[in-house]
Amino acid sequence: MQSRLPILVFALLMAAIPHLPGMPPFWIVLLDNIGLAALVAMGLVLLTGVGGLTSFGQAAFVGFGAYTTAVLSTAYGLSPWLTLPLSLLVSGSLAVLLGLVTVRLSGHYLPLGTLAWGLGLFYLFSKLEFLGRNDGISAIPPLSIGSFKMLSPGSIYYAIWVAVILSALLTMNLLDSRTGRAIRALRRGHVAAEAFGVHTPRAKLLVFIHAAVLAGLSGWLYAHLQRAVNPTPFGAQAGIEYLFIAVVGGAGYVWGGVLGAAIVVVLKEVLQSYLPLILPGSGQVETIVFGIMLVALLQLAPGGVWPWLMSFLPERTSGKKPDTSLKLEQRTRAAGQSGVLLQVEKARKQFGGVIAVNNVSFDVQAREIVALIGPNGAGKSTTFNLITGVLSATSGSISVLGKKVDRAPPQEIVKLGISRTFQHVKLVPDMTVLENVAIGAHLRGHSGPISSMLRLDRADEARLLAEAARQIERVGLAEQMHQLAGSLSLGQQRIVEIARALCVDPMLLLLDEPAAGLRHMEKQRLAALLRELRDGGMSVLLVEHDMGFVMNLADRIVVLDFGTKIAEGTPATIKTNPEVIKAYLGVAA
Amino acid sequence: MNTTIMLFLVQDGITNGAIYALLGLALVLVFAVTRVILIPQGEFVTYGALTYASLAAGQMPGTAKLALALGIGAFVFDLFVARKALHGRLVVRSLVTNIVLPAIVLALTIYFAAQKPPVAVCIALSLVIVAMIGLYLYRIAFQPLAHTSVLVLLIASVGVHLALQGLGLLFFGAEGQRGPAVLSGSFTAGALRFTGQSITVYGITIAFIIGLWLFFGLTLYGKALRATAVNRLGARLAGIRTTLSGQIAFLLASVIGALSGIMIVPITTLYYDSGFLIGLKGFVAAIIGGLVSYPLTAVAALVVGIVEAFSSFYASNYKEVIVFMLLIPVLLLRSLAAPAVEEEKD
Repeated sequence: MQSRLPILVFALLMAAIPHLPGMPPFWIVLLDNIGLAALVAMGLVLLTGVGGLTSFGQAAFVGFGAYTTAVLSTAYGLSPWLTLPLSLLVSGSLAVLLGLVTVRLSGHYLPLGTLAWGLGLFYLFSKLEFLGRNDGISAIPPLSIGSFKMLSPGSIYYAIWVAVILSALLTMNLLDSRTGRAIRALRRGHVAAEAFGVHTPRAKLLVFIHAAVLAGLSGWLYAHLQRAVNPTPFGAQAGIEYLFIAVVGGAGYVWGGVLGAAIVVVLKEVLQSYLPLILPGSGQVETIVFGIMLVALLQLAPGGVWPWLMSFLPERTSGKKPDTSLKLEQRTRAAGQSGVLLQVEKARKQFGGVIAVNNVSFDVQAREIVALIGPNGAGKSTTFNLITGVLSATSGSISVLGKKVDRAPPQEIVKLGISRTFQHVKLVPDMTVLENVAIGAHLRGHSGPISSMLRLDRADEARLLAEAARQIERVGLAEQMHQLAGSLSLGQQRIVEIARALCVDPMLLLLDEPAAGLRHMEKQRLAALLRELRDGGMSVLLVEHDMGFVMNLADRIVVLDFGTKIAEGTPATIKTNPEVIKAYLGVAA
Repeated sequence: MNTTIMLFLVQDGITNGAIYALLGLALVLVFAVTRVILIPQGEFVTYGALTYASLAAGQMPGTAKLALALGIGAFVFDLFVARKALHGRLVVRSLVTNIVLPAIVLALTIYFAAQKPPVAVCIALSLVIVAMIGLYLYRIAFQPLAHTSVLVLLIASVGVHLALQGLGLLFFGAEGQRGPAVLSGSFTAGALRFTGQSITVYGITIAFIIGLWLFFGLTLYGKALRATAVNRLGARLAGIRTTLSGQIAFLLASVIGALSGIMIVPITTLYYDSGFLIGLKGFVAAIIGGLVSYPLTAVAALVVGIVEAFSSFYASNYKEVIVFMLLIPVLLLRSLAAPAVEEEKD
């Protein structure tokens, strides 16, 4: 958790600025504009920088907020304070509509899709009769408290910056929570997050709504600052401009949005007022220079200005260790659980003409370590994906504790107590080990986004982090708890994945090549840990190429070759099985 | 509605759609090879069109000077990057492609502009000028950013768009221009009248689609470009110079843009900022084509053109709304048909 002191200092500074003697009123106008842009950019930071969803359409949401209050406060005479929740509601609910269509789009469709509806909505604003067509709506009443009317830029200044600072706080709270971790995992693809119960489309929609509501708030303030609205500031150009405010500031950082807004607004102002003095006569020189400076800035600092500035500050790596005495509720295990935990029956997976898994059957008993081995391309990882719901089987069935789970999505499988690691490590590299592991406990927490923003989630959050810390200690990475996951060696990252899987409190642990990249001592420690887990009542199904490791550890071994099961038995029988030797060595020995 | 109006609208739509198809193809090409979403594609269109119209009217287009200025910039970038290992051949090659070539073209432009050159000369000069601008832009603005994310490239692309649009106003003024028809004359078939210009549009579009298809299918450079599109690192390991692929992509895109501009400027008046919207409609087509498929993009562009023609006839106020909102159902279908696949980013 970050210290709140710098924010308090910043807030006091902003509060003092209008009272400085000799402050030109024009600067206050600039600060108002910076605040308005910062609100939108902050939403984009969450949406684009953190969540990886690029949107060009944010200007349209500013428009929704502005037009809602403009129409309601002029045509219907509602008080601006009453229109505030309505403005936010309109932006938010339209975000749900547009979001349902767009957030499912992957990769580059998404930004282009938002560009398209951003443009469409702009034209709609300028054509609709009740929105005043191209002329817009004027004579919007100012904000007022009692008889105090916020007519001047100096008086609405406080409203704008209170909104900015509150929004920044709420957004940072959101990021530092259970929901926030799910959002931060979005950018790295959805398979890993979904394997731990995160509903990724819902998480995407959530950030989309959050960004739209912030934009709507900015629009509401804008309408009451200008006291007139017209379509121009809500067009595609504006949408693009908001995006580059976020990128220039540093797209992954809440305060980067504010800094970016300051840079861009001031730069444009300076260019507009001083360039004509240097290069007189031509109207659009500032656009040209602005464009060139933008490209230059990106070439010099592609990550944005905020992280570049922050790199000058001394690094603070010492996070507080969570209080591990806090306990999470354990899964209730069926009494005296024994017998078949996982049953795979004639599972088959075809990709076009390729049969990756060909009618494979095997089972995993309670308190058992089963190894799935076979040469490369034997279908081991595909089998894992079938069990965990990442892929659905072409035919055959998979059941857990006697219940069929053939068509269940990964989020449902993990609820049954099956958790996994990945052959290609899927961690969020710019999150700490602790945060990554805590994603594993996602389903064991309950706080939603609203309670996270308001910090009502602290008790829940402390228990999740305590569980994560316990599992990290259990796998022996306590030293690295507060390091970024991306800075660890590949072997250590695999161990982090195991800790994350343990956070699920699983009955069955699926490990995809856990020993790859580990040193000899580390392998022995891993084997000891797995035995300890089995003796504690857990089952393990692992894919592994290190035969020494497998033979010493597994209770039973299933051998696949070209998608077909060729042998099953204890390590001793597998070692002498002629089929297996043929598959590995090519000839019967 | 009678059949004549319908046929007329369809014809109008196909003519516009053919242009969108070309632009859509260029966008797909550039995106696939360089990951740049080429917002300035629209500027290539206006630069081509207005350079052509200016030349035909006997005026000196500012774009020729811009090409030289950008060429000098590209030369400086080349020298700066190679400063540790400068050798004569590299300097000479960079000097020739980046400074000597645009200087010669500038001289030719000055010479011809004074004497109202024939249409063919105007076309050739406009194409060469815009092609050079595209090439040098890649060198200056995008090549140094080639390793960054799609988002950063996109923002840089917006910066380039803003700068070029501002320069467009500087060069061509706020007034719109029209150019002479590339092919004059017309004939009628039934109720429809085909102008030489619309025939040119169809012909060039089809020629380009076939040309691109042959280029990518049969030539080594075309295959190198496709390899770069699929996997940059893999292509580099196989000995393909990915910067060269980027240059070729930008060169093709700027030529296609300029050509589209030259083809429409006899039909509609173009302003310095018209390109943005035209380019975006190419985008709509490219998105419908999924940013990967050339034939699908071409078909989608025709649909966009026809929808635009019909909506401007029936609901001209909502023409743009309809064209851009056309995407939403398409995107919806796409996302329902193909659930998002896992992608590793950064």
